[in-house]
Amino acid sequence: MIKTDILIIGAGPTGLFTVFEAGLLKLKCHLIDALPQAGGQCSEIYPKKPIYDIPAYPEILAGDLTEKLLEQCKQFEPGFTLGERAETIEKQEDGSFIVTTNRGTKHQAPVVAIAGGLGSFEPRKPLIDNILSFEDKGVEYIIKNPEIYRNKRVVIAGGGDSALDWSIFLSDVAKEVTLIHRRNEFRGHLDSVEKVQELKNKGKINLVTPAEVMNIVGHHKVEAVVVSQSQHIEKEFEIECDHFIPLFGLSPKLGPIANWGLEIEKNAIKVNNALDYQTNIPGIFAIGDVNTYPGKLKLILCGFHEATLMCQAAYQIINPGKKYVLKYTTVSGIDGFDGTRKEAPKAVVKAIE
Amino acid sequence: MEQQDVNIKITDRDGVTHEIVAPTDMAMNLMEVVRSYELAPDGTIGICGGMAMCASCQCYVLSKHELPEMQDDEEAMLSEAFYVKDNSRLGCQIQITPEMEGLEVELAPES
Repeated sequence: MIKTDILIIGAGPTGLFTVFEAGLLKLKCHLIDALPQAGGQCSEIYPKKPIYDIPAYPEILAGDLTEKLLEQCKQFEPGFTLGERAETIEKQEDGSFIVTTNRGTKHQAPVVAIAGGLGSFEPRKPLIDNILSFEDKGVEYIIKNPEIYRNKRVVIAGGGDSALDWSIFLSDVAKEVTLIHRRNEFRGHLDSVEKVQELKNKGKINLVTPAEVMNIVGHHKVEAVVVSQSQHIEKEFEIECDHFIPLFGLSPKLGPIANWGLEIEKNAIKVNNALDYQTNIPGIFAIGDVNTYPGKLKLILCGFHEATLMCQAAYQIINPGKKYVLKYTTVSGIDGFDGTRKEAPKAVVKAIE
Repeated sequence: MEQQDVNIKITDRDGVTHEIVAPTDMAMNLMEVVRSYELAPDGTIGICGGMAMCASCQCYVLSKHELPEMQDDEEAMLSEAFYVKDNSRLGCQIQITPEMEGLEVELAPES
């Protein structure tokens, strides 16, 4: 059981900034995220795109914003459960909550902050009739352990960065890598595209374009995929393989949180915006893009504000009746849980003779 | 100055056609028009915010309008999307201008 003060669901910008604000109040945080890395949409959808409305940053790349937020909250030593989706929540007799992920990891905390953005990212599954029956029998939408492909024949479908990067990586692991895409052009970093070209020339990646996987063949496990290629003439053929990995990106779904008994409106969680962003269940808060209230704006900077106020309410729940006075970080400095201290340098008092 | 609005027909994902009026002076795109009229639930359209990076605003263009030419990123995104047809476009890449008067589109299924 992982125990913490504030359990944050979602490691996007709002969740990460919560760690910092909670840390100032000496509250410890643990974050759960379905993605394998922190940053949420900023890392998953648009890491290389600039954002212009983060206060004091005239321009910052979404990926860099994630890095900065991680650096800012580092001394408060957040815990992470990544690559797992928060599935169930149970209220305990002492008022705390136990949140269990899809992989069975249990977390306990007196306060839960849902900073889930648009929901957890789920792989987009291609429209192949029999694909569901081959899931975990050779069809994987996310590569978790590359070792399972060692000396296997692998077919990857997709035209983005993940299709390119995994084709490159697996060309050293698998016996055979085939990359299938609907067009001849790929959208990815230039060096990834060039690397695939090089591996194709060396015969280490078998490139099939413009083509599409139409069907999967096999008895209880993937044995081949049926490919339709339309270069010069339309033709259909089979490629024998042990694994088929469609990589068509991820799309966010509110998912299991929708069944937690929270008041939901327009795919978002209703909160008390006059006070503390608490939901209809005391002790559970919703901050950032995942919440809604009159006048809500889905902006990162609004998530930061909501996180800050939420932490004050969390402090009262965790330290009932305790007096608290807001301190400016410039005055108080920052004492990290790791023993570090940041503080403003003392003024120099020296006579001029 | 007279404000210029255009009339657009949008068929939602349930097959219902809405005749709506969209402003041309708000720098709006078609995805934003769909959102502002709530023709698709929040969280199912415009997920990436209009960067041509998610295809959640894919639509089929039914009328014969001359639309702005497809840029590389839109073309690349559509090549990875599902339910793509010859008349598929990303709503976020279609600006509402006076030329869009009478435009007819249908939202592609959610995926």
